[in-house]
Formats: sequence, C-alpha cells, structure tokens
Amino acid sequence: MAHVALADKGQELSHPKTWVGMYVWSQDHKVIGIQYIITAIAVGLIALVLSALMRLQLGFPGVFTLIQPNEYYQAVTMHGMIMIIFMLTAFFLGGFGNILIPLMVGARDMAFPYMNMLSYWVYLLSVLVLCASFFVPEGPTGAGWTLYPPQAITEGTAGSDWGIICMTVALGLFVIAFTMGGLNYVTTAFQARTRGMSLMRVPLSVWGIVMATILGLLAFPALLVSVVMMTLDKTLNTSFFIPAISSFGESTGQEGGSPILFQHLFWFFGHPEVYIVALPAFGIVSDLISTHARKNIFGYRMMVWALVAIGGLSFIVWAHHMYVSGMNPYFGFFFATTTLIIAVPTAIKVYNWILTLWEGNIHLTVPMLFAIGFIFTFIHGGITGLFLGNVVVDVPLSDTYFVVGHFHMVMGVSPFLVLFGGIYHWYPKLTGRLLNDTMGKIHFWVTFLGTYAIYLPMHYIGILGVPRRYYAMGTTEFLPDSVATVNASITIAALIVGTVQLLFIVNIVWSLFKGKQAGSNPWRATTLEWQTPDTPPKHGNWGPELPIVYRWAYSYSVPGAKEDYIPQNEVPSENSKHEEST
Amino acid sequence: MAQSSGEITDSDVLTDLVTDWSADKEIFKIHWGKAMMWIFLVSDTFIFTSFLTGYMKVRISSTIPWPNASEIFALSFGGEPIPLILIAIMTFILISSSGTMALAVNYGYRKDRNKTALLMFATAAFGVMFVSMQAFEWTKLIVEEGVRPWANPFGAPQFGACFFMITGFHGAHVTGGVIYLSYVAIGVLNGRYEKKGYDIVEIAGLYWHFVDLVWVFIFAFFYLW
Repeated sequence: MAHVALADKGQELSHPKTWVGMYVWSQDHKVIGIQYIITAIAVGLIALVLSALMRLQLGFPGVFTLIQPNEYYQAVTMHGMIMIIFMLTAFFLGGFGNILIPLMVGARDMAFPYMNMLSYWVYLLSVLVLCASFFVPEGPTGAGWTLYPPQAITEGTAGSDWGIICMTVALGLFVIAFTMGGLNYVTTAFQARTRGMSLMRVPLSVWGIVMATILGLLAFPALLVSVVMMTLDKTLNTSFFIPAISSFGESTGQEGGSPILFQHLFWFFGHPEVYIVALPAFGIVSDLISTHARKNIFGYRMMVWALVAIGGLSFIVWAHHMYVSGMNPYFGFFFATTTLIIAVPTAIKVYNWILTLWEGNIHLTVPMLFAIGFIFTFIHGGITGLFLGNVVVDVPLSDTYFVVGHFHMVMGVSPFLVLFGGIYHWYPKLTGRLLNDTMGKIHFWVTFLGTYAIYLPMHYIGILGVPRRYYAMGTTEFLPDSVATVNASITIAALIVGTVQLLFIVNIVWSLFKGKQAGSNPWRATTLEWQTPDTPPKHGNWGPELPIVYRWAYSYSVPGAKEDYIPQNEVPSENSKHEEST
Repeated sequence: MAQSSGEITDSDVLTDLVTDWSADKEIFKIHWGKAMMWIFLVSDTFIFTSFLTGYMKVRISSTIPWPNASEIFALSFGGEPIPLILIAIMTFILISSSGTMALAVNYGYRKDRNKTALLMFATAAFGVMFVSMQAFEWTKLIVEEGVRPWANPFGAPQFGACFFMITGFHGAHVTGGVIYLSYVAIGVLNGRYEKKGYDIVEIAGLYWHFVDLVWVFIFAFFYLW
C-alpha cells in the first residue's frame, strides 16, 4: 500500500464541544502541556517548602522543634525526588515538550493525542500517590532521594513501611506516564514534520527535548526495574538487594542480596536523568540566546551533534556516582575517563552560546537575562563537575556539601533558570499577553544573585568537610565556628530566594488579566510557533493549510533583508540573494 | 528509498540512509504508528535487559548454590521424569503463534478480513494456551515443590524471586498481547480499519513477535543455564 506522510495526509483531530472536553479531558497538545506545567509548579512549590524546612534546621539547629531528624530526612528525600522527577522532568518534557514540539515542527497535534492525554492523567495519578505518602502512617520515606537499600526498607528509617511503597508506586506510574508521552514526542518530531522541515532545520529546543526523551525512554526502564525489585523486597520479603542483616537483633529472614545492584540500576537511570533535565535546557537556551541577541546560533550543526554525543555518553558514566561504594577501582578509572570526555561536547555548547552573544545585538529582556544567568551557573556547576569526576578528588569530597553545591548549581538552578526564561519567552504565545517586566527583573536578579549566596558557600563548607545529609553537626574539632554562621546566612538567602518565587506566581496570574497585549510575535522570532494564524493558537494550530518551511530557524540580522529576522515559513522572493540554505 | 532496479550496492544503502534522515516530513517511510511501536519496543527491550541483567548479577553473586533447572522444571510421565518437557511445549506454542501472526499480517495487507481475523484469533488462542501452561507451571512450583519468592527448598532464595518476577512480567506482556490482538481482530472483522488501512495488524504483530523474542532469552537464561 502506498505510504502517505502524516504531513500530507492531514490528521484527524477530535473536536470536543463541551468545556470539560476542551480543557479537562483535552487531547490538544497545548492544553495538555499547560496541565503538565500547572501540576509541576504545584508539586514544585511543595518541594520548595520542604527545602525551606531543611534550611531552617541547618541554619538554626534546634530552634525549630517542629523539624525532628525523621522529618528532616523525609524533607530531604521528598525535596530531591519531587524536584528532579516530578517537577523538572515533567515540566521540560511534559510541559515544554508538549507545547513546543508540534508548534515548532509544524504539526497540528501530537502523533497520538489520546495517548498524550492519558500520559498526563497517569502523571497526575503518580503525583497524587506521591503526595498521599505525606498522610500515611509514619509519613513519606526518609531514605534520601537515591532510596538506597537496605536502609530504605529497613525498620528504623522514616517511612520504611508505607512511605517507601508510595514512593515506588509513584515512580512506577511516572515511568508509565512518561513512556506514553515520550513515544509521542519522539514520533511527532521524527514523523510528523511539515513540508520543508528537515531535521537540520528543526529549532534546537526540539532537538534538546527529543534527545532528552530518547534518553528517558532508555533510562527509565532501569528505574522501573529497580523499584519493582525494591517493592518485592519490601512486600514479599525477597532479597534482591538485601544481604543478611539483623534489624533490632532479629534477622529479617533475607540473605544473599546485593545492595550494589540497586545502585547500578538506579544510576544507570540516574545519570541519564541529569541529562534528561539538562538537554531540553540546552536546547531552549540556545533559542532564547539566538532570538534575543538577534543573531544566528553559532555552529548549529555542532550544537546538534553535541546534544547527540552528550546523550550517548551519558549512558556510560553512571558509576561515577559510586566511587565510594566499594566498586572495583578499575571501574573508577573507566568511568572517570568517560565522565571527563563528556566535558568536551558540553564545552562546545558553552563556547557556542558565548560566540552567539559575541557582537550580537543583545536585548536584555527578561528571557535573555535568565538565559545569560544560565550560562554563568552552568559553567560554575560544570567546572565543579570536573573536580568530582576524578576519583582521587571525588573520594574526599564525596558526601560533603561540595557535592550538594555542585549538583544544585548544574542541574538544580541551571535548568530552573532556563525554565523561567522559557516561561517568560513563550507565555505571550500561550496567553496573548506579556509577563510584567518589572516583576520579572526583580525575580531574575534575586534568584540569580541568591543562587550564588546559597551555593557558593556550600562549596566552601564542603571542602572544610561538612558532610551532607546530617540533621545537625553538633560540635566537632575539625570544623571552625564560622561554618555555623555560613549555614545561617545560606538559610536566610534561601528563604529570600524562595519567597521571590511567589512573585513569579503572582506575575503569571496578574499578567493573565492585566498584562500588556503581546501580538502574535512580540520577540520578532523566526520559528514556526510565532507564525500561527491565531494567538493563542487554536486547536489544530495552523488554520486550513500547514506552513511550508524554506529555511533554518536562525535567520536573524541577515544582510540585505527587510527586517532583522526572516520567519522560517516566509516565501523567498525572486531576487533575494541573501537567502542561505541550510 | 531509491527505487533502484537490479543490484543494491553498499553506497546505495548509505545514500538512502542519508536521504531518509535529511528529508523533510518524516525519517522513516512507514506508518507513524509503526514507528512508535518500534520505539516502544526498544524501550521495552531495556526493561527486560535490566531484569535479566539483575537476575544474572543476583545469580552469580549468590553464595548458596543455584537450584538445578533441569530437575526442577521436569514433569513425570509414568514415573519417568522428563526434563524441560513443559517448557519445550510452551516454547513451541509461542513460536508457532509467531507463524500464524506473520500469516495474519500478509492477509491483512491483502484485505482478506476473515482470514486475517481468524489467524489473529488463532494467535491469541496460542497466547492463552501459553499463559495457561505458565499458570500450571507456577501452581506446580508453588503448591507441590514449595517454591516461594522469598525461599525454596532447593537452594538460593533468589531463584524463586527472579523466576516469578521475570516470567510474571513476561506473562503479563503475553496477556496484554492477547487482549490487544483480540481487540484488533474484532476490529478487522467489523471493518474498522477499511479506511485507515491494515498497518495496525502489522503493528500488533510487531509487539507479538517481540514478546516471542523476549521469551527465547528468558528460556535460555532460566531453563538452559
């Protein structure tokens, strides 16, 4: 049978008439994306409050009696897991992925809208199961976000009964939700592009999101398997991960399991997970910088290949999280080498961002501020990553605040800055109104400077030897008194930064009603999502005809052109010699 | 794809590959549902790989000897134990079902709705037989031999844990496949796919063949090792 491409065939879309059909059980990728974003922000706020509780205890130990050791560990665990998986992964892939991919590649919707809708509802279910763990006996699990056995499921750890089961079930559901969504994102970007949209004309945002999705589809299986085994160890008393141990003088009846097996499975997922969060950020920030510097992205092809290379390498570096686990030292040599090699494509990307800014016509809009802020925090987080990638440096620094500072800088703050930048950038397309500039700038500067006030001192106290995951340090001989002062100042900075995020929420709601009208293309950007006939785009996105693409996504400041940008779908005129073909 | 007549050389293949990946609209000149199924199967492969790798790690690091597979998985006929007989029949059935599935795909593209549906139902029936025999095997192990996920009388306790977890996960895949195939087969009978085309039969077939292939690995690692 003759095969017809999706772009030529026209897609059958469901067109519900009721309000519930349009906005609740919606199959429209934009609505699903917004649903993802709202849920992720809500759950992210919970994680933010948890981090404030942790900081209160660390900055002023013993003052807030509400926070006892168990509550502290529960806050640590839930903060980490929520932020990394239920907030950042869901936001970038479920939120931005859903909204941007069909709009940027010129499709009417995702390849399989019904499954896309299911993906969101299963995600919501997983979030609800996770939140339910706050209300079960003994509360949520306090095992640390890595959930290492045996302590995660052994009596004595907070939430080792119901809490850990809620966690593993929530993670399992998340994997299912992600798989349904992820299949859509990859298939849409691969198979549903519009006429003229070749892979080398696709904006880098889409490349980043799609590469991250591919990583997710290959990495989340390991997480699923490890949580299945963990659940069986907990409920059926099997011993995949549990060696012979006695708990409170009594043998658990389990023997012969391997805790290291869990660590391998977990980090085979866990390291790609870092890039699942980072690659969409890389992609989106490339587009932000190019658009707001009115200059084509430097080295587009290298940017794409760097994404692919980072994605590939991310699967063979996992054991650098396990240098102190008692693993064979020769493994450490291998994984240190691969880890340091990953710095090469990453550095290519950073240089290309800077070279894009070089002699650009830089507009310091709020999205641009966040994008430039990202370059700073990412370089700092990345360089400390080189420290930790080396076995000899990592061993003394392992499980200190240096590590906490490093990963918050590189995969906590950096993706968040891009995420904010992305919201300031695309909010006008989704609502038709601009976000308030003043509130945005306050938000940026407090967040950006606050980041350094929080995480730079952490590197310092980490080098002094303050261990992470300690409820309270008490008095020690090797730590100077100034550590307590530094901790108090970090806490104050963290509370200020946390509070300012509320201004961001206020801005989103306020601008929805009072924001300046944006028009269809406020940033004068080239990519397809700004060329839709309606703003916000209607269901189906493009009106009667799909757009036709004639050039890449970065035709800014082309010499001889009428405007300083040429949309991807503008028909080339007869005598236009300035056209480049990419 | 280049419609080259006659011989296909290596450089043709390479050129086609580059052309496909640098084209607009789509990379793979196939139904998008089929592309999605392939991507899903790659992801699912990683699930089973993780399971089997975990099993191997648990097995080689176990200090208690692993039970002897050919003794445990034996059935007695007239007092004479025949090793692996049940599993041989189960494997034969599942592999046969791939044959009927392949025929169904062929008749699907010829739009022979009755034969397609019939062959798909046959495939699903083979699947049901497989799952039933698996249920029989589990019952025998649990009730007669006293194998439990947490312990067994033959040796390493992880034997039961790995066995029930992995064959259970595979059995769930087969059960899901039976439901999926039956749903598609009913649709084929009703003419649900007349307009959209019969790619769906092939897509369901891909899943089914995958489940078969996974079984070959599980068979090798559990019963022959």
